[in-house]
Amino acid sequence: MATLELRNLHKSYGSGLADTLKSIDLAIESGEFLILVGPSGCGKSTLMNCVAGLEDISGGAILVDGRDISGMSPKDRDIAMVFQSYALYPTMTVRENIAFGLKIRKLPQAAIDEEVARVAKLLQIEHLLQRKPSQLSGGQQQRVAMGRALARRPKIYLFDEPLSNLDAKLRVEMRTEIKLMHQRLKTTTVYVTHDQIEAMTLGDKVAVMKDGIVQQFGTPQQIYNDPANLFVASFIGSPPMNFVPLRVQRQGGQLVGLLDSGQDRFELPLDLAAEVGEGRELILGVRPEQIGIADDGAPGAAELRAEVEVLEPTGPDTLAFVTLNGAKVCCRLAPDAAPAPGATLRLRLDPARVLLFDAQSGERLRKAPGGAGEAKVTPLARHKH
Amino acid sequence: MRDATFKPSLGRLAVHATLWGAVALYLIPLLVMLLTSFKSPEDIRNSNLLALPEVFTLIGWVKAWGAVGDFFWNSVKITVPGVLISTFIGALNGYVLSMWRFRGSQLFFGALLFGCFLPFQVILLPMSFTLGKLGLANTTTGLVMVHCIYGLAFTTLFFRNYFVAIPDALVKAARLDGAGFFTIFTRILLPMSTPIVMVCLIWQFTQIWNDFLFGVVFASGDAQPITVALNNLVNISTGVKEYNVDMAAAMIAALPTLIVYVLAGKYFVRGLTAGAVKG
Repeated sequence: MATLELRNLHKSYGSGLADTLKSIDLAIESGEFLILVGPSGCGKSTLMNCVAGLEDISGGAILVDGRDISGMSPKDRDIAMVFQSYALYPTMTVRENIAFGLKIRKLPQAAIDEEVARVAKLLQIEHLLQRKPSQLSGGQQQRVAMGRALARRPKIYLFDEPLSNLDAKLRVEMRTEIKLMHQRLKTTTVYVTHDQIEAMTLGDKVAVMKDGIVQQFGTPQQIYNDPANLFVASFIGSPPMNFVPLRVQRQGGQLVGLLDSGQDRFELPLDLAAEVGEGRELILGVRPEQIGIADDGAPGAAELRAEVEVLEPTGPDTLAFVTLNGAKVCCRLAPDAAPAPGATLRLRLDPARVLLFDAQSGERLRKAPGGAGEAKVTPLARHKH
Repeated sequence: MRDATFKPSLGRLAVHATLWGAVALYLIPLLVMLLTSFKSPEDIRNSNLLALPEVFTLIGWVKAWGAVGDFFWNSVKITVPGVLISTFIGALNGYVLSMWRFRGSQLFFGALLFGCFLPFQVILLPMSFTLGKLGLANTTTGLVMVHCIYGLAFTTLFFRNYFVAIPDALVKAARLDGAGFFTIFTRILLPMSTPIVMVCLIWQFTQIWNDFLFGVVFASGDAQPITVALNNLVNISTGVKEYNVDMAAAMIAALPTLIVYVLAGKYFVRGLTAGAVKG
């Protein structure tokens, strides 16, 4: 158990090349589960290798329990890692694989046997101890790889996309097991994934990365509800957030954005800081579950009629696709509330949870502090086509 | 119903005839050597090359061993350390060049590969100069050194290409487990390397045992290997030619490489194709 802090971490592979990691600052408490998530090539695996000591850093510090370990060799860092490819030693049995690190550290044989037995019981691989890795299924190899990491009781666990080589069903099972394991052992963990569902379900803290920069660092709920920019908003969530292009207009002293569904139009009042001027291109972000069906006679709701183009029943929900300002918009509806394709749907947007981004920079545009229209939005005008 | 695969056809017949022809082409010289080595000199003069010996005699083999026996052991003393040392260092080189790449390691590997294309003749003069300076001229130790240096290019190439196919993650995992440079080499990588070790052993054994040029140039007299001794024996120009002795001596000289191929041949084929198919 240990705290982990990364301070102004830099990594570059040569003076002529762009930095792979640019000024990474992250800190987690003892026992927390940190997720590094991002598309391939974003630097998340490099960052993990730097923490493990498999790659040298070019600048900054890595602190474990407040002590800088960035100059130490991997074996002195007391960190264990589970690899994407499992990296089990092919010529050794499962028992020898788990015991290898303990043997190298010259533990007495009795202690090694005891530790192997403990780990095997924990992971339910007791019956596999005499086998070679080639005789195991993918899921079993995964368990052994975790066993090897658990056996040393290190200060920090690193997981490098441990589930990506498993089939979909096993992946979900192992995900739950990893979470359960972490709840029981409470060891500080860093987990790299490109799967946003793993990021949401497993993490205490999530760092969303792109191009070697941490785009946002926070709890899964913060990342989901309050994304810092367009990239984070689009990366996290399944089905992904809807993005609708919008232009800022001035309507009677107030800034508004026009939404056009082909059947209906209305002007959405925009509560934005003063520097956002007229004519600015924005992107409106709204999650599929934030678009509801308008109740009949609900007063003052931001309602909009739109034609349902496609329906995708997923079981628990039905996804209905409509068009707003030329962009496909997905609405997550209860299966019994879903209309037939081609029918007109009366949509209601929850204006308080709608997000606005700058179309050019992708940065989030925060609402003006104490803005009046935040609680309720009423359509200023409604035009029939 | 008859099995289709046993149906005789003209094409199949042609294939078999060609194959048997090739077998004969390779084996008849060996047969002639064996038959001749067991004949008496009179028998050889009076009979056909392929005829069985009239009197089966071992005199040729006894005389041959008397002539080249000492040099057979010279060859063993040169080949065994030469093979083991060059294979071991080649494995170590391959390990560093694949798993611990350093700045310029690709260039280093490229330069080393150059050694594979160097003809023997090119290094004769500089090497004899070097051996003379080291005081190793005309010794088996000197020949071991020459063969190690010359073989390194090949063994390094073999091991480097074998290790390159092994995932880096294995080495990373071992480093996190606390294993150092040599522990990873001896405990993780070498146990996985049986096929390529076999390839190296066979390759180097054949090269060193069959070498004539280095042997004749860098070792003379008591230190010469069996290939040189065989040449000297066969080229004696005085007296009557004893073909049975020549043939027996040639068989003695060829036997060790034959045995190595028979014992480790399956690994040779497996090792050469390893890495071609993933998994």
